[in-house]
Amino acid sequence: MTDTATTGTAVRLTGLSKSYGAFTAVHPLDLAVPAGSFFALLGASGCGKTTTLRMIAGLEEPTSGTVELAGRDVTALPAYKRPVNTVFQSYALFPHLDVHENVAFGLRRRGVKSVRKQVDEMLDLVQLGDLARRHPQQLSGGQQQRVAVARALINHPDVLLLDEPLGALDLKLRRQMQLELKRIQTEVGITFVHVTHDQEEAMTMADTVAVMNAGRVEQLGAPADLYETPRTTFVANFLGTSNILRTDVLDASGTDLVLQAADTKLGLPATRCTAPARAGEKLLLGIRPEKVALTHADDAATVADGRNRVRGRIVQAGFTGVSTQYVVDSPVAPGTGLSVYVQNVERDARLVPGAEVVLHWNPGHGFGLDAAQDIEAGTEATGDTAGTTVGEGAG
Amino acid sequence: MTTAPVTDEPPAARTATRLTRSGRSRRVPLWLLLPGMLWLLVFFAAPLVYQASTSLQTGSLEEGFRVTWHFATYADALEQYYPQFLRSVGYATAATVLCLVLGYPLAYLIALRAGRWRNLLMVLVIAPFFTSFLIRTLAWKTILSDGGYVVSALRSLHVLGLTDALGITEGHRVLATPLAVVCGLTYNFLPFMILPLYTSLERIDGRVLEAAGDLYARPLTTFRKVTLPLSMPGVVAGTLLTFIPAAGDYINAELLGSADQKMIGNVIQSEFLRVLDYPTAAALSFILMAAILALVTVYLRKAGTEEVTG
Repeated sequence: MTDTATTGTAVRLTGLSKSYGAFTAVHPLDLAVPAGSFFALLGASGCGKTTTLRMIAGLEEPTSGTVELAGRDVTALPAYKRPVNTVFQSYALFPHLDVHENVAFGLRRRGVKSVRKQVDEMLDLVQLGDLARRHPQQLSGGQQQRVAVARALINHPDVLLLDEPLGALDLKLRRQMQLELKRIQTEVGITFVHVTHDQEEAMTMADTVAVMNAGRVEQLGAPADLYETPRTTFVANFLGTSNILRTDVLDASGTDLVLQAADTKLGLPATRCTAPARAGEKLLLGIRPEKVALTHADDAATVADGRNRVRGRIVQAGFTGVSTQYVVDSPVAPGTGLSVYVQNVERDARLVPGAEVVLHWNPGHGFGLDAAQDIEAGTEATGDTAGTTVGEGAG
Repeated sequence: MTTAPVTDEPPAARTATRLTRSGRSRRVPLWLLLPGMLWLLVFFAAPLVYQASTSLQTGSLEEGFRVTWHFATYADALEQYYPQFLRSVGYATAATVLCLVLGYPLAYLIALRAGRWRNLLMVLVIAPFFTSFLIRTLAWKTILSDGGYVVSALRSLHVLGLTDALGITEGHRVLATPLAVVCGLTYNFLPFMILPLYTSLERIDGRVLEAAGDLYARPLTTFRKVTLPLSMPGVVAGTLLTFIPAAGDYINAELLGSADQKMIGNVIQSEFLRVLDYPTAAALSFILMAAILALVTVYLRKAGTEEVTG
């Protein structure tokens, strides 16, 4: 690796776009991936994330824009001349070669010496040393996945591109491989660009996440920032779950905005609102379900001052072990109700469906969003985390 | 290829299904085999035995033939007709190589590059089958005739002088020369080469080829190291499907060749139907079968049987 690869920007996309006839898969996109980082492109099927990755790899020709790797424009270079390697979604291992030869493929093409030693070391790194003479069809999904990673990593690419590499694995193995990949990335220090539709996976593994939707990057940042301060309803709904309330802005002059939903006044620090807020206009107020506390209506007086309070009645209570997930009907969220996750520490036996409750939260935990958006954007996609990747090829 | 199928089913579950499966359903595969086996027995095994006994008979048409275990017929037949045997193998080999050289690029194009034209092109490859084998070969007789466009074009380009010198044509004509027979064989068996090649090329996962490119393989290297090895089942199947019938063919030599291009198929045909020397004809048939079997065995040893069994 060169110095620029470890210090500067590993990948820079400038105005990169891709159209298939009238359909635009990726809208002109500007993106900078810092060298040495674990970067995730997160989005639902067909949002353009795989196409973006393939353009970086050189497997897809961009309609416009440029791809720079470590400061060098590689837009015109074919895949075999680019210093990047890809871990394909279906692994794409060579079925006619054994594990050893699969891993050695890249080294042999570049005429590298001491292939055997390097392959053995790489297979040890991914803990496949004893399977070197097996053929891909004789391996389990997790083993094939590790061969695919080894086959790409052994070339010490400037950037390793991962296209939904864990999509075909079952949940338990996926969690295990996530940690494994993270460990390898820390160990070898190569820039990883990881495409996934699994928001949990993206947040667990990546330093920086770019959330893509319909061929555009909606928001880019550290996982915690994206989660705590989403800037669009899509991000708010796609990353985890959000309660989004339609409110009217009553007062926008102070450090705290004063909002009103139904007949309830709610506070929001102005710094937590990225959208322009003017008195008399509308604003969407978001709050994560786990940030909301539930208190039985009889104990309403015990709720501390300064917290946002909302009345409601429990409609549903789902026990998940770690927490209980409530759906609470409330005038502030007509139709949909509010989601509340309560940790199972001290369970209040009175909190059952039908119970009148007060929901309350720290105003600083809310976030403001532009009211001109679809409040439901990104909600359908979150159900997709089980690992169905059918039709992702076009994505 | 030769891999054990991976099942997610735990062994206990598999044993359970085996135990509950009744004896009746276990015999279903045998019933499915039956029609095919019967057919083969009546129309392949029985004639084979009959042929074998014929080859060991002596006698004449007037006095009748009797089994006398006269193995010398084989030696005599081989001694008399070995040039035709060699010629058959030679022509069939030449035609197979030509089919491969012509068929591979075409199959590659159709399978990997043709896009939406793929089905149309496949129909065109198969289209000749809509006309009888005999008619098509007769058409070649017209195409290659001495006064035809092809021969005059080749003459004016001085190609025929060259092929005359190589000994594959004679007297500045194409008809009644080895070239004509090999061309006819190549033409007639080309689809048998293209179809298996197409099938195996079409089965290759495009992502594997992308992976090769991603791992620094130039397009030509990708072909050599990935596409070609993965298409070997098609190459082996195609060469067998071309070589075996070509080696036993007699129509092409009959219609496009002269007495000097007679293949072993022509000899067998004339022994059976004109000379009426049934023992010699039967013996020649067996020798041809044995020869092809031996050649194919050697070939498969070299190419690896797993390419055929897939």
